Amino acid sequence: MSPEGPVIDLQGVSFAYDQAPVLEDVNLSVARRESICIVGPNGGGKTTLLKLILGLLNPQSGRVEVFGQTPRRARLRVGYMPQFYRHDPQFPITVTDIVLMGRLGRPGLAGWFGWYDRADRRAARDALAEVGMDSFAGRPFSELSGGQRQRVLIARALCCQPDLLLLDEPTAYVDTLIEARLVEILKELNHRMTIVMVSHDLGFVSEMVQRVVCVNRRVLVHPAEAISSEAIREVYDGEVQMVRHDDVLSQRGSRDE
Amino acid sequence: MSELFDALGDPDFPLMRHALFAGVLASVAFGVMGTYVVTRRISYLAAAIAHCVLGGIGAALYCQAALGLAWCQPMYGAVAAALIAALIIGLVSLYARQREDTVIGALWVIGMAGGLLLIAKTPGYVDPMNYLFGNILLISRHDLWLAAGLDVLVVGLVLLLHNKFLAVCFDEQFTELRGVRVKCHYLLLLCLTALTVVLLVRVVGIVMVIALLTLPAAVAGHFSQTLRQMMVLAVLFCVVFVTAGLGISYPYDLPTGPVIVVLAGAVYLAVAVGCRLLRPHRT
Repeated sequence: MSPEGPVIDLQGVSFAYDQAPVLEDVNLSVARRESICIVGPNGGGKTTLLKLILGLLNPQSGRVEVFGQTPRRARLRVGYMPQFYRHDPQFPITVTDIVLMGRLGRPGLAGWFGWYDRADRRAARDALAEVGMDSFAGRPFSELSGGQRQRVLIARALCCQPDLLLLDEPTAYVDTLIEARLVEILKELNHRMTIVMVSHDLGFVSEMVQRVVCVNRRVLVHPAEAISSEAIREVYDGEVQMVRHDDVLSQRGSRDE
Repeated sequence: MSELFDALGDPDFPLMRHALFAGVLASVAFGVMGTYVVTRRISYLAAAIAHCVLGGIGAALYCQAALGLAWCQPMYGAVAAALIAALIIGLVSLYARQREDTVIGALWVIGMAGGLLLIAKTPGYVDPMNYLFGNILLISRHDLWLAAGLDVLVVGLVLLLHNKFLAVCFDEQFTELRGVRVKCHYLLLLCLTALTVVLLVRVVGIVMVIALLTLPAAVAGHFSQTLRQMMVLAVLFCVVFVTAGLGISYPYDLPTGPVIVVLAGAVYLAVAVGCRLLRPHRT
């Protein structure tokens, strides 16, 4: 593929789990080193869109390409951070062991068996340092707070050394202080990689992304500056309370119930 | 306990030695696979596989007695049935879009009932209780070799593939995205669990084998921070339960299987309650 080609390219994509369509005629193109945010009500199709990009689901019609290939083939270039409540909080595992999972899928015999070498361990250490969690390397995952777990999962996605970072609700359990730090980390990463995230947190979104993709069965793309109450109301289908924190920077929509 | 040691030392009485060897050999596989079963939360699937084993035992006994196939040992039938059951149940749990538990429950009882029917139609008298609840009198030297072989297979594969198994148990979706064939590894885990279950059918029986698969690992889970630690501790707990069970059952002339299981269950409950009382803030 040419270096200028889009990282993600969806053309006329429709998807339905059974009969009811979840996504209809979606066209979306994300350029290299762009950062976008996917917003929309619960059940609006955000996660489905992410799963289509990851190749976990196949569209009924239309075409999905990542780095000019099928999503399945492009997988190893993608770092994915799922929502952490999907994990068993009691699972006996250390922070390092989780981050090392980002190194699975390497070519070669050792890679096939899933054995980690020194370079893998270094990559895991670096990824943890990048999110400021290196001092927690040997700690059990179960003892961490929500925000710390979130950062470990971001580190795991970084440990894939991806060209595209997909984050599902990166600020869900994070307090304002960590959130500000997260913005810094992601802005820094954005110099090296394309970032796509799902978030309810519109304040966070407007600070760091270039475009906002509103998903509610159909997809509308807005530049981040234009995130107004009208645009949000349109996509959330109704009443949204806006809390204005300050005049210049952030506007925050309430989370939908 | 001294009666047990006397019995173990008696050269004319290999029974207790065989039982103890069988128990210790099986404990290795039980501790390792039990850890996966507990953390991946598939003890219900493991129990279904265990019960389907009776179908294979019944079929093998029937082939031996009614069809004259002398080589068709019950343990071979058990191994075959366990593997088939693991694959079918595994595929159902992967692909059934709903009511997975109903389908698995149905397979569970069909396997068991099929076995009982075949045993009933087998010429001569076979007591299904020996297989359902275990009977250490039935352990032969041949069974010990079988147990040792299965141990080597289970532990060998786990040593080779531990990182992938760990990833599959912790986060299937992420692991799939790293290009690992998650479904194959999940089915392999279930097959290894199935082989492990067969190891202790003679000692504790089909009905109670699931207790020894899950309880030592569950106890170990309270004291472990990694899966590796949990496996080592689970093996140790399993050895202790089996040995103590044999030691207690022998002098009092009690059935060994239930003694082992009651012991394991009591320790599990004590540890679970104890940890809850000592660390009330931990959820």
